[in-house]
Amino acid sequence: MDTPTQTPSSGRPARSVTVPTGKGQSAPGAVTKISVRDLSLHYGAKQALFDISMDILGNQVTAFIGPSGCGKSTLLRCFNRMNDLVDGVKVRGSVMLSGQDIFAPDLDVIELRKRVGMVFQKSNPFPKSIYENVAYGLRVAGVTDKAVLDETVEKSLRGAALWDEAKDRLQESGLGLSGGQQQRLCIARAIAVQPDIILMDEPCSALDPIATAKVEELIHELKSEYTIIIVTHSMQQAARVSDKTAFFYLGKLIEYADTQTVFMNPANPQTEAYVSGRFG
Amino acid sequence: MSHSPLSQSTNAARRIGQFLRRGDQFIWLSGGAMGLAALLIVGLLGLVFVSGFTFFWPYNVVTADRADGTPVLGVITNSQEERLDPAGNVMKAAQTQFKVGARELYGFDFIWIKKAELSNFRVDPEVIAFERQEYGDFYGLLHGIEYKGKPVADAATAWALLQEKRPEARDLAARAKKIQRDAIGEVNAEIQRANLKLKVARRKAAGAALDPAFENPLKESLARNQARYEQLRLEAEALSAQAEEYAAVVGTVDGQRKTVPLAAIVRAFRPNQMSKLEKLGMYFSRAAEFVYGEPRESNTEGGVWPAIFGTVIMTLIMSIVVTPFGVVAAFYLREYAKQGPFVRMVRIAINNLAGVPSIVFGVFGLGFFVYFIGGGIDRMFFPDMLPTPTYGTGGILWASLTLALLTVPVVIVATEESIAAVPRGTREGSLALGASKFQTLVNVVLPASVPGILTGVILAMARGAGEVAPLMITGVVKLAPELPLDGHFPFFHLDRKFMHLGFHIYDVGFQSPNIEAAKPMVFTTTLLLIAIVVILNLFAIRLRDHIRKKYQTGAF
Ligand SMILES: Nc1ncnc2c1ncn2[C@@H]1O[C@H](COP(=O)(O)OP(=O)(O)O)[C@@H](O)[C@H]1O
Ligand SMILES: [Mg+2]
Repeated sequence: MDTPTQTPSSGRPARSVTVPTGKGQSAPGAVTKISVRDLSLHYGAKQALFDISMDILGNQVTAFIGPSGCGKSTLLRCFNRMNDLVDGVKVRGSVMLSGQDIFAPDLDVIELRKRVGMVFQKSNPFPKSIYENVAYGLRVAGVTDKAVLDETVEKSLRGAALWDEAKDRLQESGLGLSGGQQQRLCIARAIAVQPDIILMDEPCSALDPIATAKVEELIHELKSEYTIIIVTHSMQQAARVSDKTAFFYLGKLIEYADTQTVFMNPANPQTEAYVSGRFG
Repeated sequence: MSHSPLSQSTNAARRIGQFLRRGDQFIWLSGGAMGLAALLIVGLLGLVFVSGFTFFWPYNVVTADRADGTPVLGVITNSQEERLDPAGNVMKAAQTQFKVGARELYGFDFIWIKKAELSNFRVDPEVIAFERQEYGDFYGLLHGIEYKGKPVADAATAWALLQEKRPEARDLAARAKKIQRDAIGEVNAEIQRANLKLKVARRKAAGAALDPAFENPLKESLARNQARYEQLRLEAEALSAQAEEYAAVVGTVDGQRKTVPLAAIVRAFRPNQMSKLEKLGMYFSRAAEFVYGEPRESNTEGGVWPAIFGTVIMTLIMSIVVTPFGVVAAFYLREYAKQGPFVRMVRIAINNLAGVPSIVFGVFGLGFFVYFIGGGIDRMFFPDMLPTPTYGTGGILWASLTLALLTVPVVIVATEESIAAVPRGTREGSLALGASKFQTLVNVVLPASVPGILTGVILAMARGAGEVAPLMITGVVKLAPELPLDGHFPFFHLDRKFMHLGFHIYDVGFQSPNIEAAKPMVFTTTLLLIAIVVILNLFAIRLRDHIRKKYQTGAF
């Protein structure tokens, strides 16, 4: 029942390149989608991120791993500026998305969030029908054309591998779905607005193994069209789905490299201790 | 040996200690308090139910002889046992209360007679009971029927003729009343309008002659309506006279005679001959009349329909106003206002508003809505009517708005709570899809908080429907000639005064000239008020459950 473990970057030479910290790697031909430079973040007086610098490549799956509270979610939520909602957040450094500074004062957060979709740890469908859940992003963007909506809903549900299960109950509440279906509904909802990037914050932590396998399969398929960043607690999952893996510890980026490298041949002893299950 | 008392006392102390630790006493205490509360509620409802439900039953009319030989006839309504002082002397003799009816002859409806003076109780099957349009009930014997003052039936045939002729007479009287109320009312309104136009035009012309093209049609219409009025008045009078042609000749048990026009008899029956089933039928017919009928005899008889109607309409207007107002206020407070000492103070003030005596709201409503806003509307839109106020006097709109103000804290608090209960993840999900804060509130937070909001509205309705004090100075009257909603343009008359069940209870029970006769009606009306509050609430609860099921959030 398990998805076969992917050999990450198979066929690609695992060649380490070149972000200023020297911790990142990139495959040839892949474009840098997000470029983080010296990013620090404070929640009030408490610093949660320390001088993070990394380049995230397009059309790849990047996994964030690390023990609880090390700042994975915080970093992820910087990319769509979800941290704006928290009182007393201070950010230093820069995050460039396709060359655009997302902390620039004139940046339209709403546009940013349309480009950077997000799937949350706890599935959070709206108390609306399945159809309306998927159509939501378009509706708030002002799309009213029924044909466009219908088409997008179907395409997105197919994209999230939910169409067969949901096509006969589109008008039923999204909250009536099972946990795994709800999570895929949230993915469908995210891809309906056709973002560049999908952020996933522990999307499988509340799912059973079968539902998890389905979501992981889906991540594989979505990779060709989207850049995916996934936070995960499960080392196996990171190994199965990701091309690159970043290991965080206490708010710092410890190691960032091809997934295979991080798991087989980590450069940092802390990384090795973590991936071999000795702490965390 | 010497240890024993000591160890006993420590034993007892330990047991008490255990008892206190387990907290049994608090369980007993809270259970007792709960029981007491339940008992009070059951007692209250029981009293209202029993007193309210027996009101319509047609009891037998009993005859008895008094010590001096004169008979007494009536329905036994109450009795008191003998009361002794501590020494064993009779302080107050046992006595029985009769409802003897025929208020216009005796001057009273009820009479207390010492039990010792009464003897020879009997139930005469021939006794008739009338419910009359005026003067309340009549109990006695039917001696004959008159037609235009000439006898047409004797005691033997009178009952049959009465049964035959009474509906016709009632019908004629009803037609006369309808003409008086509807047709003449409309003609009067037209005359008033025409007069008003003339008045305004004359004032504007300031003494100069009016344009005949303007004045003549109005004068014509006035003349036409005046003629029509006269014609209708004659028609109504003729019908009334015709209705009065047949009259019943009745006598009291002590020999006084009286004629009662058949048209004035609301209900005629012989209670002592009726079977249980027939009595039950009459019970329901009376109950229905109570709900659907117009009040008679300064509200102590007849129905309470206008009061029911007024209560429901007022409660609905109040809910329609209070819901958006409270919801918007709550959303602002929770979502947009900068949380800080000021908002905290506002919130405390709102919570305390719920505890302000309701009459204070009434005074505010009178000063603000009636005099300030209503007076302003009158000066702006109805200056020609002045000094007769249109909106500058109490009315159903102002009363509803006052109550909306009174109940808005309930809605605000409930809404704030239900907004807070919407999971953070749901909002973030919406924001992460590129929805603005406003879109998130409208599309996600508001629908998810609807059940909670409706809970607030239900509480507000329950509070508002039973409130009386503020209404008394903002638009409730003892007897409103017209309903706030009727078939005449513009159908919804928000400026009209109205009747209200809560005020009706007070009025019937404590302001009527015939308190004893009205007493059972107090309970019946109370029962009705409770029923209406319950029905309105059930309605809202059904709505809430429906919405809740639709969203299946389970978050509430
Ligand atoms: N809203 C917040 N306010 C204050 N501190 C926060 C908030 N969210 C997270 N933190 C703190 O920031 C640190 C990183 O949190 P998080 O990014 O959620 O960790 P992870 O997702 O890796 O488990 C933790 O120490 C956490 O306590
Ligand atoms: Mg996290």
